Amino acid sequence: MKMNRRRFLLGTTVVGGGLLLGYATTRPSKHQLANAALAGNEPPFLTTWLRIAPDNTVTVIVPHSEMGQGVLTALPMMAADELDADWDLVNVEQAPATDLFANGVLIKGFATSLGVSIPRFLDGMATSATMKVAEIMNMQITGGSSSVRFTGEQGMRVAGAAAREMLVKAAAARLGVPEAELTTRLSHVHHAATSRSLTYGELASDAALFEPAAYPVLKQPAQFTLMGKPIPRIDIPAKVDGTAAYGIDARLPGMLYAAVKTAPVFGSKLASVDSTAALQRRGVLRVVEMEDAVAVVADSYWRAKQALDAMPVSFASSANDAVSTQTIYAQYDQALQGELSEDVEAGDTAAAIVGAASVVEATYRVPFLAHAAMEPMNCTVHFHEGRCDVWTGTQDNLGIRGRVASIADMDENAVTVHAFYLGGGFGRRLPTSTNTIDQATRIAMLFDVPVKTVWSREDDMQQDYYRPAVTSRFRAAFDASGNVTAWENHYIGKNEPAEAAHTPYSIANQSIAYAESPTHVPFGAWRSVAHSQHTFFMESFVDELAHQAQQNPYQFRLNMLADKPRHAAVLRAAADRAGWERNLPAGHAQGIALQESFGSIVAQVAEVSITESGEVKVHRVTCAIDCGRAVNPDTVRSQAESGVIFGLTAALYGEITIDKGAVVQRNFNDYEMVRLQDSPEIDVVTIESGAALGGLGEPATPPIAAAVANAVYILTGQRVRELPMKNYRFTAVPTERV
Amino acid sequence: MARFRVNGSAHELDIEADMPLLWALRDELGLVGTKFGCGIASCGACTVQINGNAVRSCVTPVSAVEGADITTIEGLAVNAAGGLTAVQQAWIEHQVPQCGYCQSGMIMAVSALLAANPAPTDAEIDGAITNVCRCGTYPRIRTAIRSLTSTTA
Repeated sequence: MKMNRRRFLLGTTVVGGGLLLGYATTRPSKHQLANAALAGNEPPFLTTWLRIAPDNTVTVIVPHSEMGQGVLTALPMMAADELDADWDLVNVEQAPATDLFANGVLIKGFATSLGVSIPRFLDGMATSATMKVAEIMNMQITGGSSSVRFTGEQGMRVAGAAAREMLVKAAAARLGVPEAELTTRLSHVHHAATSRSLTYGELASDAALFEPAAYPVLKQPAQFTLMGKPIPRIDIPAKVDGTAAYGIDARLPGMLYAAVKTAPVFGSKLASVDSTAALQRRGVLRVVEMEDAVAVVADSYWRAKQALDAMPVSFASSANDAVSTQTIYAQYDQALQGELSEDVEAGDTAAAIVGAASVVEATYRVPFLAHAAMEPMNCTVHFHEGRCDVWTGTQDNLGIRGRVASIADMDENAVTVHAFYLGGGFGRRLPTSTNTIDQATRIAMLFDVPVKTVWSREDDMQQDYYRPAVTSRFRAAFDASGNVTAWENHYIGKNEPAEAAHTPYSIANQSIAYAESPTHVPFGAWRSVAHSQHTFFMESFVDELAHQAQQNPYQFRLNMLADKPRHAAVLRAAADRAGWERNLPAGHAQGIALQESFGSIVAQVAEVSITESGEVKVHRVTCAIDCGRAVNPDTVRSQAESGVIFGLTAALYGEITIDKGAVVQRNFNDYEMVRLQDSPEIDVVTIESGAALGGLGEPATPPIAAAVANAVYILTGQRVRELPMKNYRFTAVPTERV
Repeated sequence: MARFRVNGSAHELDIEADMPLLWALRDELGLVGTKFGCGIASCGACTVQINGNAVRSCVTPVSAVEGADITTIEGLAVNAAGGLTAVQQAWIEHQVPQCGYCQSGMIMAVSALLAANPAPTDAEIDGAITNVCRCGTYPRIRTAIRSLTSTTA
């Protein structure tokens, strides 16, 4: 699908003057409806992205969710830069959840026209059992590190540049001078020869009469005035004075609160509830029985939760009652003995292994992981007069609108989703992970007042959509000169993105294959998705090969990246900046790892020591990233820092185990996180390669586990083939350096 | 009847003695800047100041704060010039928050620490600031704290 911009980019004037610019998708009737709801008398068929008002303010409307990744700042920067707008006059609005702002189609189109495939896990939602394809096309999705890459690069910049050209045309007509004599700067059009200038606001209504260019001329990076600068994030002031509103903060007149207990064994059913005592407690109004859960509704969350915890509840036994982490791992091992599906097949791996001078084998595993976003899952729903309002923080407001409408059997247009800041997303708040929202909807359908359903931390820990546990089995072959001639990787469960288990290294014979081995544990997208497991596996195993070949792990990698100059440059940048293996304090060692994901290439060097009690201490992480070009360099840094710490928590502590069919871990006391005291110093190096923009929210997460484990090997001689590292007691031993 | 002062205002609430302060603040008084994170005093998202000390309100029953002076994020900057305290300004200067959900608790904990100990060592900072930030803003939190201690120490 090639996107024809001419058909989509539209500009028009508005009542009261000014210019509106945006994109139309292909559903005029729905747009008319949504537009009318949005602005009363604004023109139809328009996905408004830019509004220039007579008072010279510019409003940029952002159709993505802010979850800390800086999208509310980066996207407006991109539009305002091309527009040559005065940043101080730029306002930012969160797009409402109407079809008008559906970006699924747009993202797809943008990605396709860039020749980039969007992460298939976003696409995959179309086939998810809970969603209809029609609902998917209404995506307003924030995921796959896609907002800046697609909406920004192909949408915001084009809209800004087209509006600027229209303003110049209007000024040329007004001043009676050729367009070529006009310049734009800080929301003004200037005519230098006559020292005249007009504000964008003065020109906006005239500008709206011109047709936006289908292919406006975009700036070259040297011309950028905002992109590439560390512009302070617009959402931060509200996040330091307590006024930033998250879904859980919704407060409405007459609101009730629900606390829920869900079957601990996934898929099990509610068997019995004795609500007698609960209903006599202060503030309790009702006990709601659902298929696999029970809720207490009260006039305060705490009263609802107290009553729920005291209430006798039992769940039916199920076929999964005996499932444990051990049985799942045994099931995986068996699956890997069976028939495998091809991922990558190159050369003749079997022959290379047979004819090898030496063969190295290793099996790696990682456990299930929870998202553990700081804001516990919650959703407030109000059914009234044939309509429904929903207050929640989600990575896809439109998807949630569709979901609530389908559960309530209502027209989507009768459902309004009120957007909030997200207290963490990481994949947990995607529209394939709606168990909280489903419950909140079913509960609220029984009331005519708003009901806020709040999950406890324990509910979230035990009812997540988990990063799957994976086992990966490697074999590699060396020839007599110590070159790697074959790479075999058999792993469990093909997930997205499709290339996550592909090695970047130049190895002639490759056999990468997988076995599907489904479990009853629900799985979802977890920051960086399949890269989080496979990068640990692959970059640890490559390190094993380097040591086997008695080569320096950094040089060993470089030698196999001859045909990947961007990868090699990133690896070199990380090693150089970290001072690879130079001047390390006694008892410290460095490990290195590399991975490309979501269009960005990241290499990390971790400097590590072993504490007296045998634990891993990470002192410093150097993170080199090539994301093409940094739109907001400070956001690049903060997302890299964030990705490293997120991945480090998984490497050191993260472990969801299954016992008797249910999740064992309950809260932060047994699902520990990196905290300030074990947070390393993080040094971020950004490489401006000029390549197509890569994502930022996820790519820094994958490499860190292997970087740390590779350093641990140097310190201890022990190869970490299973995470998390808290399960080990390490002993530092001096080893020969290569 | 629970009686305490929040951000300078006296409150008298007809609530259970064992209701945690967190829920009294959020659901009874509508002060939702204080966040629910874990309910077991592990993550610190619910940190408020009670008579100037950082306290995790999710496990503090209102009976334990009878007559106390409570400060929440909403009241932290009441007497600050420019509407923000030095800690809040440092948080903006160093662009600390990401999702921001834990930051009310972080700021309340850091403010209490620096009020009691204007020049903490790294070990003292680590010991006092045990709040969880899932976005991993720790490097910036440390930088922001250091920017305050180097000017006040």
